[in-house]
Amino acid sequence: MSDLFSKFDPLIQQRQALLDTGVTDPFGLVMERVISPTVAVCSGRETILLGTYNYMGMTFDPDVIAAGKQALDDFGAGTTGSRVLNGTYAGHRAVEEALKDFYAMDHAMVFSTGYQANLGIISTIAGKGDYIVLDIDSHASIWDGCKMGDAEVVPFKHNDIEAMEKRLKRIPEGAGKLVVLEGVYSMLGDIAPLKEMIRVAKENGAMVLVDEAHSMGFIGPNGRGVAEDQGCLDDVDFVIGTFSKSVGTVGGFCVSNHPKFEILRLVCRPYVFTASLPPSVVATAATSIRKLMHGEAKRAHLWENSRTLHKGLRDLGFKLGTPEPQSAIIAVIMPDLERGAGMWEALLNEGLYVNLARPPATPAGMTLLRCSLCAEHSAEQVQTIIGMFERAGKAVGII
Amino acid sequence: MDRAETAARIAELIDPFNKKGIEITDNTSFAGDLEWDSLTVMDFVAAIEDEFDIIISMNQQAEIETYGQLVDAVIKLQG
Repeated sequence: MSDLFSKFDPLIQQRQALLDTGVTDPFGLVMERVISPTVAVCSGRETILLGTYNYMGMTFDPDVIAAGKQALDDFGAGTTGSRVLNGTYAGHRAVEEALKDFYAMDHAMVFSTGYQANLGIISTIAGKGDYIVLDIDSHASIWDGCKMGDAEVVPFKHNDIEAMEKRLKRIPEGAGKLVVLEGVYSMLGDIAPLKEMIRVAKENGAMVLVDEAHSMGFIGPNGRGVAEDQGCLDDVDFVIGTFSKSVGTVGGFCVSNHPKFEILRLVCRPYVFTASLPPSVVATAATSIRKLMHGEAKRAHLWENSRTLHKGLRDLGFKLGTPEPQSAIIAVIMPDLERGAGMWEALLNEGLYVNLARPPATPAGMTLLRCSLCAEHSAEQVQTIIGMFERAGKAVGII
Repeated sequence: MDRAETAARIAELIDPFNKKGIEITDNTSFAGDLEWDSLTVMDFVAAIEDEFDIIISMNQQAEIETYGQLVDAVIKLQG
């Protein structure tokens, strides 16, 4: 019998070699207690959280928590059913109404995760003979959506408008075209030149889907994302988003003005063939989304945090993913996996949690320490974080 | 452009990515012999697409493992 697990041997060996150096397992961290959106207890120690997607700090919002508790009491722990059978409760409709109001769009469809939203929408709308043109640095959920569907898949170099245009122009006449972009690319925290890209996509007869997972609630005058910020949201056919970042719970969605959008509820398999979100989750999401509509002060403070941390780390001599802060993600580029893991551990020992990101999740084989800021990080916490980076960076020999 | 010309042009485009100077035959495989990773493949495919003004979708790339298969695919895609 050949062992089906043999294909994982190289990864098992690489992982063992890393752990043999004595470093703490970067993928084995447990949060024993969560004190606030920015502080948790890990291995008995209070740790500042700088690696969550809790951008707007909504996880502990009192109104959000109260709504969840009420829904647990009124509707129970779960729906035990698909949205199209017994799994649509008042709360599912309410959160879709909240999304329509938040984005000022006609339709909203809620999935059980953001991953499923991309998987479902992309695989369903782009079918056999259609073409999907997408950025090479797209999230795994986008790639998996492409793989699940029957369309021809054509990637182009990251944020390269000319490369995208050339490929669009070569697509055979009459074929359906879907351009897939992201507002914020989560590994380096850089944004896309959406206005120009969407103009080119439209000139070439393509529909446009933009994943705004990492920008919702924060970027744009109303927190609708990078497309809103660049004044081109009206030209986006489908916005994909998630409840597991700024909204502070779990779930995914697509909003759209397409007049036939509702038919997707019957034909989109990752929507139909899974259980709907628990009532408490949709209640917390709806409450959080409505509060995010009035989040101007928090958005301003989060930008301030992002600018302060970016400048602080750059001044210390760290190599960063973007020349200026473009989102709430600041990626610190490590020279290699070993020193990246060493730096990650040194920061944890200082009392700071960041994300260690490595290939294949990262572009160009990079090892990154990804810092994601929260609107609830105080100005003092950001200064403390910069001090921790300075000590850890010197100890590991990176600066 | 006949097959020989197309093949010669593709060989020229392989050259800058052929770091180890592997000899190119119809059976040379991109992943096995040239040891290209996914990023190299993307840059090379872009160069081929621009040179011949064609699209080689990921679906089609999955079927192309060797130089000989690529030459055949490019000729077919040019119509």
